[in-house]
Amino acid sequence: MAKFKHFLVAAPYYLWIGLFVILPIGLIFIYSFHDLNGHFTLNNYLNFFKNQTYLLMAFNSLCFAIIITFISLIVAYPIAWIISKFQNSRDFLILLVIMPMWINLLLKTYAFIGIFSRNGTLNNLLASLGLGRHQFLFTDIAFILVAVYDQLPFMILPIYNSVITINHSLINASFDLGASKTQTFWRIIVPLTLPGIKSGVQAIFIPSLSLFMITRLIGGNRVITLGTAIEEHFLSTMNWGMGSTIGVILIIAMILIMLLTKESK
Amino acid sequence: MSKFKNGFFLFFIFLILYLPIFYLVYYSFSSGNNIAKFENFSWQHYLNLFADRRLIGIVLNTILIALISATIATTIGTFGAIYLNDLTRPWAKNLTLTLNNILIVSPDVIIGASFLILYSAIKLHLGFWSVLISHIAFSVPIVVLMVLPKLKELTHSYIDAAYDLGASSQQVLTRVILPFISSGIFSGFFMALTYSLDDFAVTFFVTGNGFSTLSVEIYAMARRGISLEINALTGIIFFVISIAMVFYYFVLQRNKKQKRIN
Repeated sequence: MAKFKHFLVAAPYYLWIGLFVILPIGLIFIYSFHDLNGHFTLNNYLNFFKNQTYLLMAFNSLCFAIIITFISLIVAYPIAWIISKFQNSRDFLILLVIMPMWINLLLKTYAFIGIFSRNGTLNNLLASLGLGRHQFLFTDIAFILVAVYDQLPFMILPIYNSVITINHSLINASFDLGASKTQTFWRIIVPLTLPGIKSGVQAIFIPSLSLFMITRLIGGNRVITLGTAIEEHFLSTMNWGMGSTIGVILIIAMILIMLLTKESK
Repeated sequence: MSKFKNGFFLFFIFLILYLPIFYLVYYSFSSGNNIAKFENFSWQHYLNLFADRRLIGIVLNTILIALISATIATTIGTFGAIYLNDLTRPWAKNLTLTLNNILIVSPDVIIGASFLILYSAIKLHLGFWSVLISHIAFSVPIVVLMVLPKLKELTHSYIDAAYDLGASSQQVLTRVILPFISSGIFSGFFMALTYSLDDFAVTFFVTGNGFSTLSVEIYAMARRGISLEINALTGIIFFVISIAMVFYYFVLQRNKKQKRIN
């Protein structure tokens, strides 16, 4: 009897799974086999794998995501480590990391338009130093910098959470047994914080593959990622079939990442 | 010495982390119309912002969507989590959990695009309702994930005891289960609120022409170029969040002290 009642209250939840998890994925899969007139076709997939522009775009997108994730990781790791060292004030410090996450992502990105633009602060500074004005906005480097900036807290937090659980006697033991600093880092600390690194990579890599807002605002129309391509096919050229195909490929990439970074039990 | 160096490093990092925000707020007080040069101190852009009926309307819409969607998502998610936690067959539990997590790991563009297909298939008009429904949809799984750990802490003997003492299943739910998991429900609600306020990509796909949330509006404004009204808006948002943060920090500290006393 108790079970039955529980099922009734959980019905909206299962309805949600059906309507907003299973159905949309099914629809995007079905649409990926549609041409512009809604007829069945395999052309979208053939197009993707034959057409140089799509393959190049996918490859570019992958490279950007790897660079962004890697830079975030090597910047976030020391930050998380050092914050954990401040025993008394680390709650406050981690709050300072969380706070920018609450400022709307669009606003933070918008700030960089001002900083990087031709008459912007960075160029004014360089010009006053006699270094001349340069093009920063709409370059690959600007895109990578802003993407790292926007997503950095998502890397810091999981690493920090696993760093604070490290038992310090393990590190001391490693030193006592004659390990060098490098050995201790790679053999003890990194394996112990691996779960945090994995969730950080997950939290940044997949969104980086599909960014389209930062690409548009900071990368101009030069940087094209899988995300920008999907947005364009859905909202500009209205070729939902091709957009869905790229979506399916993105989903497959996502599943691969999930499997690669899966927690080993 | 090393502590000093660490402190300096962190100071530098936080400087970079906050620079863009301070930068926006700084120019919000400039009387000029661009961010090339700070002219005179002025409240002009704040006054313009408060006079901008349309933008105020959009801010209110955004808050309304966040509150409604978080409330509904918390309700659906909490009961979902209670049921999920009671599932006895491991495969059923794993399957539900996997389906639950799909929307959390999916890229925003995929969620947005697939919801757009869904709404066009059922011929739902794009606007307030499509945005609200989407926000509920992507907030449900995070609520479930916030509530589940609390449910795992709730040992079955409590519930058995309540039944033995003659409680009805409704009483068990409202007097035992819900109070015990309330902190999980609150953090779920809070996360749902954050997700909704922060979302850009999904809303961008499913919002029609007539309806806009703050993120979508800022995107449109930013594509047109710099407008110091956005800076003024950042100033206000930063102010509100700072207050919330200070408040949150003191609550956190007080709870910690209480825990120590206990």
